[in-house]
Amino acid sequence: MKTRSPDEFLQTIHTLAVKIGRRVRLMEVCGTHTTAIARAGLRSTLPESIELVSGPGCPVCVTAQREIERMLLLARRSNVIICTFGDMIRVPGVDSSLEQERSRGADIRVVYSPDDAMHIAEEKTEKEIVFLAVGFETTAPGIAATVLEAVEKKIKNFSLFVSHKLITPAMEAVLHGGASIDGFITPGHVSVVLGSNEFTPLAEKFTIPCVATGFEPSDVLEGIAMLLEAIAEKRCGSFIQYVRAVKPDGNPRAREILFRVYEITDAEWRGLGIIPQSGLRLKKEFSSLDAIERFSLPQIPPVELSDCLCGDVLKGNIHPNECPLFGQACTPRTPVGPCMVSSEGACAARYKYGG
Amino acid sequence: MCLAIPAKVTEIVGVDAMVDILGNVRPTKLSLVDDVSVGDYVLIHAGYAIQKLEAQDALETLALFEEMGAALNEDTLA
Repeated sequence: MKTRSPDEFLQTIHTLAVKIGRRVRLMEVCGTHTTAIARAGLRSTLPESIELVSGPGCPVCVTAQREIERMLLLARRSNVIICTFGDMIRVPGVDSSLEQERSRGADIRVVYSPDDAMHIAEEKTEKEIVFLAVGFETTAPGIAATVLEAVEKKIKNFSLFVSHKLITPAMEAVLHGGASIDGFITPGHVSVVLGSNEFTPLAEKFTIPCVATGFEPSDVLEGIAMLLEAIAEKRCGSFIQYVRAVKPDGNPRAREILFRVYEITDAEWRGLGIIPQSGLRLKKEFSSLDAIERFSLPQIPPVELSDCLCGDVLKGNIHPNECPLFGQACTPRTPVGPCMVSSEGACAARYKYGG
Repeated sequence: MCLAIPAKVTEIVGVDAMVDILGNVRPTKLSLVDDVSVGDYVLIHAGYAIQKLEAQDALETLALFEEMGAALNEDTLA
């Protein structure tokens, strides 16, 4: 059991804030952290000088609009069953969403695991099953393992629409974009796979601390205290608060399976544009499982949703409530952009929990 | 979406396992982790174990969960 309570961490945070004596901006780059921070109302407990800002950590939110449009094209094929994690189905396209396509007759199923999608392919051999492979390094290894199993089982009617993202290049893009960030609350479960060492080069390059942090309120407060301690002592580096699950070297086996199936490629992010070497694509030997090739999906010109400031929210340039649509035209019931759709989106979390 | 939760392995057949997540038994894949036996704790994300956990660490996370009164639902598991 922990020997220190949330109150003790808060006390440390308040003491360190005084010691640092200036404004400090800390960014979380994980939707699960965004939700955890909002749900526990942590912002209101922190000193005024300590600002928590959300970054590009919600996989659904960072999926580029034209990727959404291509998913919609796929959903309209009569012989296709789309399998997806839940949040994706309500993301608005220009004139539709997967949810709307489903109400018009498209077969779109929410699954808990890529393995569930593969089982649907085994049962529905007369249909093409496409799994929307969205997510960061936490999620990609399991999907890669599913691909290997599908190949081994010679399942021919299963493919992936790949839109994976890698978190470290996005963190670097945020810093290059000029956002003033003093430290990163590094994603706990991405770090389980990558290891805390993954963030050391970034920490050293930008001379900032990164702390791989867990998801309970006391974890997040301890992570913040560790970041502030490093800032106060002018230490940079990649540290671990979430020692219960994160190792410096992460999970090498998960990474080995990930890179047996995928290779790194450039990727387009909502709000951040194309970031070099920030995404994954299937290796050539698995290209027959690429839904874009299998269904000859066309390239789509860049699309942006009018007036939606999700891009600025994802870059940490603004807080959700600084968007003129927030809580007015854009609510979880009538979302304009994905940050209000996903339960892990910064806008949805702020709308639901305030703070 | 990067939620993961500790679970206790109750049965293993090859890379397929059954795990107990806060009293709910679910199928899980063990392809991403090495040397897991029945009785071990693993961290589950989207149907895959992504890390083997020390029992004490798993129990600590579960205790923190309970402190928060986190209800077990699909959101928690996904």
